[in-house]
Amino acid sequence: MIFLTTGTQLPFDRLVRAVDDWVETARPGYEIVAQVLPASRDPYRPRNFDARERLSPKDYAGILDKAQLVISHAGMGTILTALTRGKQICVMPRQVKYNEHRNDHQLATVERLKDYPGLFKARDEHDLPARLDAAMRSIGSSRPEAIGLFADAGFTDSLRNFILTGRT
Amino acid sequence: MSSPPKLMVVASAGGHWVQLMRLRKAWQGLPVIYLSTEPGLADIVASTARAEGNPPPDFISVTDANLSEKRRLLRQLAEVFLAVLRHRPDVIITTGAAPGYFALRFGKLFGTRTIWIDSMANAEELSKSGQEVGKHADLWLTQWEHLARPGGPHYMGAVL
Repeated sequence: MIFLTTGTQLPFDRLVRAVDDWVETARPGYEIVAQVLPASRDPYRPRNFDARERLSPKDYAGILDKAQLVISHAGMGTILTALTRGKQICVMPRQVKYNEHRNDHQLATVERLKDYPGLFKARDEHDLPARLDAAMRSIGSSRPEAIGLFADAGFTDSLRNFILTGRT
Repeated sequence: MSSPPKLMVVASAGGHWVQLMRLRKAWQGLPVIYLSTEPGLADIVASTARAEGNPPPDFISVTDANLSEKRRLLRQLAEVFLAVLRHRPDVIITTGAAPGYFALRFGKLFGTRTIWIDSMANAEELSKSGQEVGKHADLWLTQWEHLARPGGPHYMGAVL
């Protein structure tokens, strides 16, 4: 199953449309489950899958668990959640020029974030189909190495020390 | 503080929350009150604490709001204020966004020790709230080394 999610804060029709087009041409052969916050004006209606507007944290976790591939905006939450569960994830950044976010931090995320096994970064809708194809090819081969559940122990130890003593 | 410090852990639901939870070893075993914007997280917090052998934490849900929703933001501000007033934590730790900012500012009124960890999503510049909160946070952190400055924000690590 492929899980497409735009998050619950802002619509992201450019991604939904690009995935819809890709599904039509690439025929990935997986069921698409989509969580899409529709645009307030003239929302895009996907032809190849149904979309739900909201998911409870429990439903979200259940769907993510079953997904072979996650497609989302370049949000740190979705990236971290997918990588800790060993899921393939393909992300595309929201951009201010399309009115998709308040600033271009998601572009920075895609540019600055290191490469992790299972993480596929598309720059825009033109780049997306190739990245999705690459992600699909890697599903069958090897399971991506999941990142750990916790941040680096050096970081959490320093924080704990500050919590307890007020000193760094 | 002779008894273990009481901690309030604050993040809006979504990416801020996911990042903060990756740091939970920092408060393992300490009394914790979680505050977020999604009531459904209460179950997850409770089951995680149980699975990791920690005492059941308190969980407070406040109104979700973004910066363009002034009325909801005001309601959130009031709810965060009441939560800080009622629980009087010794330490507040947050990754943002708005509820974390409010909690930190209110906490300072009561002499709370405060920690701001700017979201890893801000790789080119700090968030607006992250820049503004710097002078109020006792520990002011960025998760990107190239954004650290001698006077803060400082870099101690990242959640990934």
